[in-house]
Amino acid sequence: MRRFLSLGLLCLLLLSITVTSQAQTSSTANADAAALELLEALNVKSYSAKGDAITAILQSDDERARDWLQALLDGRLQSTDDGRIVLVLDNSGREWPVADVLTGEALGQMSRRDLDRIGINNALRNQLRSAIAVVDLYSPNIERRRHSAERLLGEVDETLAEPLSELIAGEQDSQVVRRLSQALAIYQVESGELAGVEALRGSLHPRARVALSRAVNGDDPIVADAAASALGSIEQNLKINRGLETLYFGLSLGSVLVLAAIGLAITFGVMGVINMAHGELMMLGAYTTWGMQQLLPGQPGLALILAIPAGFMVAALAGIAIERGVIQFLKGRPLETLLATFGISLILQQLVRTVISPLNRTVITPEWMSGSLVINDALSLTLNRMVVLGFALVVFAALMLIMRRTRLGLDVRAVTQNRAMARSMGIRATRVDIMTFALGSGVAGLAGVALSQLTNVGPNLGQNYIIDSFMVVVFGGVGNLWGTLVAGLSLGIINQVLEPWAGAVLAKIIVLVFIILFIQKRPRGLFPQKGRAAEG
Amino acid sequence: MITLPYNTSARSTHLSATRSPGRFALALLAAAVMGASAQAIAQDADQSEDPIKVGILHSLSGTMAISETVLKDTVEMLIEQQNEAGGLLGRQLEAVVVDPASNWPLFAERARELLAQEEVDVIFGNWTSVSRKAVLPVVEELNGLLFYPVQYEGEESSENVFYTGAAPNQQAIPAVEYLINEVGIERFALIGTDYVYPRTTNRILEAFLKDEYGIADEDIMVNYTPFGHSDWQNIVSELSRFGEEGKRTAVISTINGDANVPFYTELANQGIDAADIPVIAFSVGEQELTGIDTGPLVGHLAAWNYFMSVDNDDNYDFIDAWIDYTGDEEAVTNDPMEAHYIGFNMWAEAVRKAGTTDVDSVKDAIIGVTVPNLSGGYAAMMPNHHITKPVLIGEIQDNGQFDIVWQTPSTVTGDAWSDYLPGSRDLIADWRKPIECGNFNVVNGSCGGSTAVEEAEAALAE
Repeated sequence: MRRFLSLGLLCLLLLSITVTSQAQTSSTANADAAALELLEALNVKSYSAKGDAITAILQSDDERARDWLQALLDGRLQSTDDGRIVLVLDNSGREWPVADVLTGEALGQMSRRDLDRIGINNALRNQLRSAIAVVDLYSPNIERRRHSAERLLGEVDETLAEPLSELIAGEQDSQVVRRLSQALAIYQVESGELAGVEALRGSLHPRARVALSRAVNGDDPIVADAAASALGSIEQNLKINRGLETLYFGLSLGSVLVLAAIGLAITFGVMGVINMAHGELMMLGAYTTWGMQQLLPGQPGLALILAIPAGFMVAALAGIAIERGVIQFLKGRPLETLLATFGISLILQQLVRTVISPLNRTVITPEWMSGSLVINDALSLTLNRMVVLGFALVVFAALMLIMRRTRLGLDVRAVTQNRAMARSMGIRATRVDIMTFALGSGVAGLAGVALSQLTNVGPNLGQNYIIDSFMVVVFGGVGNLWGTLVAGLSLGIINQVLEPWAGAVLAKIIVLVFIILFIQKRPRGLFPQKGRAAEG
Repeated sequence: MITLPYNTSARSTHLSATRSPGRFALALLAAAVMGASAQAIAQDADQSEDPIKVGILHSLSGTMAISETVLKDTVEMLIEQQNEAGGLLGRQLEAVVVDPASNWPLFAERARELLAQEEVDVIFGNWTSVSRKAVLPVVEELNGLLFYPVQYEGEESSENVFYTGAAPNQQAIPAVEYLINEVGIERFALIGTDYVYPRTTNRILEAFLKDEYGIADEDIMVNYTPFGHSDWQNIVSELSRFGEEGKRTAVISTINGDANVPFYTELANQGIDAADIPVIAFSVGEQELTGIDTGPLVGHLAAWNYFMSVDNDDNYDFIDAWIDYTGDEEAVTNDPMEAHYIGFNMWAEAVRKAGTTDVDSVKDAIIGVTVPNLSGGYAAMMPNHHITKPVLIGEIQDNGQFDIVWQTPSTVTGDAWSDYLPGSRDLIADWRKPIECGNFNVVNGSCGGSTAVEEAEAALAE
C-alpha cells in the first residue's frame, strides 16, 4: 500500500505543478482517448492487475482521476457486454440508469444482465481509500482534508514523510495538523526516533498504541524506555475510557429497560393489573413507526418524530379497549387477569402476523441517528442509543410531572394509596383506572417507537421485553416511578459490567438470580410503596 | 442447523399446483371410456395419469416460517415448471404441503403422515438440524426420500436423506482458508448464536485453525449469544479492541436469525470497517440483508455456494421465474433455494433414469446423477448422499447483493464426517454396494449402523 501512496503523492506533486499549463493546451480528444485506455485497463479479472491500473490512473494527469477512483470504490464503474465502461447511477432493481464515464452524459437504462461490475476486494478498497486520501490531502475542501489526515495514521512511509512535514507547516486547520503530526510521529516511532515517542504521549489512537508497543521491544534502550512510559500512561487513560464506555453501554441498555418498564410501573403499580399484553402494546408503537415511514416515504426522520404522538395514541387507544373490553370485568382476580391479558397478547401478535406480515418490517434509521459521536480516539458514543437514552429521560420527566403536578396525577396517587378512601372522597376511581391504563399503554407505545430504532420490528418484539419489564418493576418497587428508573438503569449497568467476562447468556442468568435473591430479602423492591393499601 | 433469516421479502403465494388439467382430462376420459364399457383401458389410463406426489415439509407458521415459507414456494414453483414441461414419466406432479409449525416433534408426525397416508414419492423439507434429526427415524422406517437443502454441521449420513446444502468442508473450512491465504488474517473472533450448529462449527474451526495453521489460543476469541440478541454494544466494542492489537483480525460469524440486524447496525454505528476487521458470515444471505441499509457494511463477507449475483444465464432465468412467481419485483433468491433447485432436478433426473418413482430404485439411480447448478457448473450426487458444490466468497455491496471476490477453482465434494474432529476422522459414508453404510469406520472396517432413533431422541430432549 505504501508503494501506491508514495507513487500517488509524487504524481500529485507533479500534477499540482503542471496542472495549470497542461489543462489548457492538451486537446480533449487526446485526453479522452488516454483516459479510456486507463479505465479499460481496470476491466480485467485479476485483482493485482486492477491494482496496477489504479496506480496508472493515479499517475495520469487527468483531473477526473479522483471521481473515477471514487466510482470504482462505490462499485459504480461497470462494463457492458461489448466492453464499454459506463457509470451506473443507481443499482437497484433490474434496470439501471447509466451514464458515459468520460462526459457524464446519460445513456438511458440498461439491464443488469448486460452489465458487469468492475469488482474490487478489500485489499483494493484499502488501496483506493489510501490513494483518494493522498489526493485529498491537497484538496481545498476542509472536510476532505480532515478525512484524508484521519486515514493516513499508520500509513506514512519515507517518501510521504517529508512532504508531510511541509504540509503540516502550511496547514490552517488545527484538526488536520494534529492528525498529520500524529501520523508523522507514528512513522518516526516506527523508524526508531525519540521525537515521535514524545509526540505520541497521550494519544489514544490504536495505531499509536501498536507503534509504541512495538517500540518497547525495539533495539534502542532509550527509545524503548520512553515508549514504555508513554505506553503506561496511555493504558491508564484507556482504562478510564473503557470504564466510561461500559457505563454508557449500561445506561443505554438501562434506558431501554426503563422505557419498557415504566408504562408497566403505572398500570401494574396503580391498578395492580398484571398486563401480559404490555409487550404487544410496545409492538404496536413500533409498527406505528413503520406505518408512518410507509406513509412518508423518503422522510424517515420526520416520520419518526410524528410516530411519537401517533404511537402514543395508538397504544393508548388499544389500552383503553383492553381495559374496557376485558380487564374491568376481572377486577380483583389477578390470576384471571393474567391469563386473559396473556390471551390478548397472543391475539395481537397473530393479528399483526395476519394483517401485516409474519416477517420483520424494516424501520429506517434517520441520518441524524446513525453513526457515533467521537469523544476521543478510544471513546465514541453511538448516536441512536444516545437519542434513546435522552428520550427515556424526557419520558420519565414528563411522567413525573403528570404524577406530581396534574389533577390526574393526584387522583392516581390517591387511588394507588388507598382505593376505598379515595372513592369515598369523591374520586371517580373507574375513570382514573381508564386514564391510568391509557397512560401506561401510551407510554408502552412510546417505548415501541424508541425500540424500532434499536431492534427488529416483528410480531415477537413485545415478547422479548415483557419479562425484563416485570423484572425491573418488581426490582424497583411496585408503583414507584423513581424505583423503576433506578432499577432499570442499575440492571442495565450490572448487565453490561458482567457481560465482558461472563458472556451475554450467563450475564442475564446472573442478573436474574441476583433479583430473585434480592426479592427474597426485600420482597417489595428497592423503593417500597408507602401507604396502607400497599401493606397487604 | 438453524438459520433464521429474519426477513424474507418473498410473499407466500398460495398456489395449488394440483389444479392441473390432468385430473379434469382424466375424469372426462374415464367417463367416456366407462360409457364404452371398456374398463381395462380405463384402468390403464388411471395408472399412468395418477400424479406423482411430492411432499413439502416446511414450517409455514411459528418462528421458522420466515425462512421456510420461501422454500415451500420454491418447490411449488419447480413443480409447476416441471408440469408445464410435460411432467415426469408422462405423469403430472402434485405438491402435498403440510405444516409442521416450527415444532420439532410435529415434524416427525407430519413426515409420517406424508409417507404413510399420502404415500408421497419424495419429500423436500426441513431447515433446522433438530427437525431433521426428528424426521430421520421416520423416513428410515418407512423408507422415504428426503432432500434437505440447508448448510449444516455434518456428522451424519442417512440412507434415506440427500443433503443438498453445504457440509462444513464446503463452507466454513474454505472460508477460513480464504481469510488466511488471501487476506492474511492472523487473529480470529468466532462469534455465534448459542446452539448446536454454531458450537459444532466453531469446534471444527478451532481445531482446524490450531492444527493446520498453528494459530495460538490468545488469537482466537469465542463468544456466544442467545437467539434474538439485540444489545450488541459490548460485544462489538470488544471485537474492535480485539482487532486493535496490531495483527490482521477477522470475525467469523455464525450468528443466526434476526439477531443479525442489530449486530450489523451496531457494527456500522461503531464504525467497524470491513477493510480493517472483516466479518465473514455463514448464515447471512440476500434475504437477511433485505432488512438492512448495507451502505456501511460494504466489504463484509459471506461464504455460500450460491449468490443471487452469480453472473450466469441459468441464474438470471431462475431469478426472473422467481420474481414472476412471487409477483414481487424486489424478491431475492438465496442459497437454500438453489439447493432445492439442484435437489429437485437431481431427483427428477434419477426418476427418469430409473423409469419409476420407486424409492429403492431412485436411491440407487441418483448416485452419480449430475445436474447443472445455478453458478454455471454442475452438481453431482456422491455416494455419501452429499453433493459437489463450488464455494463462493462474496463481499456485501450497497444494494444488498454480494460481489463474488473468490471461489474455489473446482467444486468441492461434501464430507459427511469432518476430518478435524477426533471421533469422526476415521468414518466415511458410502451408500453403494458393498459398503452401504453411513458411518463406515475405515480403521477397523466395521459399519456403525443407523443411530437415527437415538439421535432423534437426543436432539429432541435438548
